[in-house]
Amino acid sequence: MSVEAAKLIGAGLAVIGLAGVGVGIGNVFSAFISSVARNPAAQATVFPFTMLGFALVEAIALFALLIAFLILFG
Amino acid sequence: MASPLAQFEIKNIAEASVGGVNVSFTNSALFMVIAITAITLFLVLGVRKRATVPGRWQSMAELSYEFIAGLVRDNVGQAGRPYFPFIFTLFMFILFCNTIGLIPFSFTPTSHIIVTFAMAFAVFIGVTIVGIVKHGTKWFSYFFPPGAPIYMAPLLVPIEILSYLARPVTLSLRLFANMMAGHTMLKVFAGFVVALGLLGAAPLAILVGLFILELIVAVLQAFVFTILTCLYLHDALHLH
Repeated sequence: MSVEAAKLIGAGLAVIGLAGVGVGIGNVFSAFISSVARNPAAQATVFPFTMLGFALVEAIALFALLIAFLILFG
Repeated sequence: MASPLAQFEIKNIAEASVGGVNVSFTNSALFMVIAITAITLFLVLGVRKRATVPGRWQSMAELSYEFIAGLVRDNVGQAGRPYFPFIFTLFMFILFCNTIGLIPFSFTPTSHIIVTFAMAFAVFIGVTIVGIVKHGTKWFSYFFPPGAPIYMAPLLVPIEILSYLARPVTLSLRLFANMMAGHTMLKVFAGFVVALGLLGAAPLAILVGLFILELIVAVLQAFVFTILTCLYLHDALHLH
């Protein structure tokens, strides 16, 4: 198999991990929406942690994307 | 057409060598200087008027101060006040480096792992030293969470130590990966716009959306780096 084809397949396999990240981000925001719906006054307190949680989960997505880019273009 | 990764190349602007060590002034250094200059001008000129009812610029300068002051107060507590200048510098530097890097034909210093690792390593060493100086040998009790049964210690302590040692790696990798992957994605879509000609309007619309996302990510990553530093500092000062 040529290196080019192997690179493309490798990059495709690498982004399969983003499925878990999608579930994770959905979880974070679903918890945020539920908690604000129960207690709207808590929004300002909970929002920074929502953003922190989102960024931490997004970081995993970026790790997978980074591997894909390194395989493709490295 | 250039590769999407060509934007991360380090180019020497002014060659310089000290005893065989390459200390050239590179484009990375140039943009760090630009970021620092922008921050200094933003803050110094902003509060120059010292009005009791602040105008727009003074408001923005004061808001950025208040935001980080509130962050340190909420996440580190009163004991964290001496560390506020460092955390404020960290936040503003990462914020300005990230956002200035979004300007076309510019360079993002934080898109290089060595830059983000230098900052994360400095934070890690600083927080560890703060913890050890404040608590002495009791600092090592941090790795055994209170309330856990003693027979779990052989399993729990190595895991805790490993996750503690992973902190500078994840802190730096998160910022680096976000910046590098985001900017690479922008360049890839920009390549599509050029390659498709007239049909390039579709990737162009996606590019506008992606750019807004990258702007949000730039600000968010600066915030996340800062709040994680505050949380690690809280752990060091209060041992859980």
